Amino acid sequence: MYEGVVQDLIDELGRLPGVGPKGAQRIAFHLLAADPTDVRRLAEALVEVTVKVKFCKTCFNVSSEDHCRICRDPRRDPSVLCLVEEYKDVVAIERTREFRGRYHVLGGAISPIDGIGPEQLHIRELMVRLADGAVTEVILATDPNLEGEATATYLTRMLKPLGLRVTRLASGLPVGGDLEYADEVTLGRAFAGRRSADD
Amino acid sequence: MPLYRDEAVVLRTHKLGEADRIITLLSRRHGRLRAVARGVRRTTSRWGSRLEPFAHVDLQLAEGRSLDTITQAETLTPFGAGMGGDYQCYTAGTVMLETAERLVTEDKEPAVQQFLLLVGGLRAMTGGERQPGHVLDSYLLRSLAVAGYAPTFLHCAGCGLEGPHRYFNHAAGGVLCVTCRVPGSASPAPATILMMSALLTGDWNEVERLSTTEPRAEREATGIVSAYLSWHLERGLRSLPYVDRARREATPVGALLEDRFPVIPADG
Repeated sequence: MYEGVVQDLIDELGRLPGVGPKGAQRIAFHLLAADPTDVRRLAEALVEVTVKVKFCKTCFNVSSEDHCRICRDPRRDPSVLCLVEEYKDVVAIERTREFRGRYHVLGGAISPIDGIGPEQLHIRELMVRLADGAVTEVILATDPNLEGEATATYLTRMLKPLGLRVTRLASGLPVGGDLEYADEVTLGRAFAGRRSADD
Repeated sequence: MPLYRDEAVVLRTHKLGEADRIITLLSRRHGRLRAVARGVRRTTSRWGSRLEPFAHVDLQLAEGRSLDTITQAETLTPFGAGMGGDYQCYTAGTVMLETAERLVTEDKEPAVQQFLLLVGGLRAMTGGERQPGHVLDSYLLRSLAVAGYAPTFLHCAGCGLEGPHRYFNHAAGGVLCVTCRVPGSASPAPATILMMSALLTGDWNEVERLSTTEPRAEREATGIVSAYLSWHLERGLRSLPYVDRARREATPVGALLEDRFPVIPADG
């Protein structure tokens, strides 16, 4: 045990994900030995995050203003909307540089066993957003696991009657993988979604 | 690290660290198990969908100090494959998994009957011949019966007098005669009692007949089964309020599976 503030710092660092008691001690002593200006910059960044970061009022992505960078950008295609579970997924899709439309972050997936139903997600806000008719295609980019699939099924049922084009991300074999290690469901999907080679 | 092999159904998963998951399983020989699956959340994971909820798998596990580790997995029946594409089956099936987890209370204590019942229940659910709600209610009554809480629908739970009787009480464990009746007992319609009895014994013709001729009895039976389950589990199931019970025409998940795994002719 260390004295007062040092122990407080170790305790606080130890609460971060993936940081154990030893790791927390190592980070704390690194900070004590580091240049005070560097440490102060880190402290300011931490404080700023709590004050400045909020959620976009339109798409629920993280943002420093009322509306996020993507919702404010007039060059983004307003007719295509991509539905994702978490804001981390927005970053993942943005990294592909393939998608030029806008997003809607649901805030999770339907998982009754964890007490998460459709009411706990931003589905009501989505329906309000779609009411003006500007969106013509909705891409369901929920995770390719059971909860994500069930959420996509539920959303398809809600969105189809609106006359929108509803699409789902393809799933199949990962690039760089071995066919023999693919599980039956993934390989089955890859077969179901196979494409003609001369396209 | 001694290795052992078992057959199991995945009940639930929890995230662990960067890319791992803790998988809760109901196994044939070791009852309820909690084991770690390393790297399962990576997109290049060799586990793929094998360790998703509902999956019926053949596993090899290595004993660990606190949690065992899954070292190999082969799919026996991909129950989860069609579930994600059928919201009613998904919500009803989730209740089955949560019930199994709650009724098998001890880790590593064999619970073969519960295991077989769950596999049979999931097979009926994905077979598509029955309404998901009926399969669920039947499973709930039968799993309670296996756990030792079988309700009685013919003989009075108090004195054993042969019925039919009008009153039903959760605490008493079934129907009660006029003499044994306790305050707070429900007095369901006679068809409701018949419905629950048919669900418990698996008389599907009777269940189908009653659900078409007596839709009110079906709703009442569902309510009583849920209340009976919650009373015996001491606290309600989290997944139960989310069950989608709209009646529908048979849309077999089995057929959905065929859609997703099309038979491709050899000549191309």
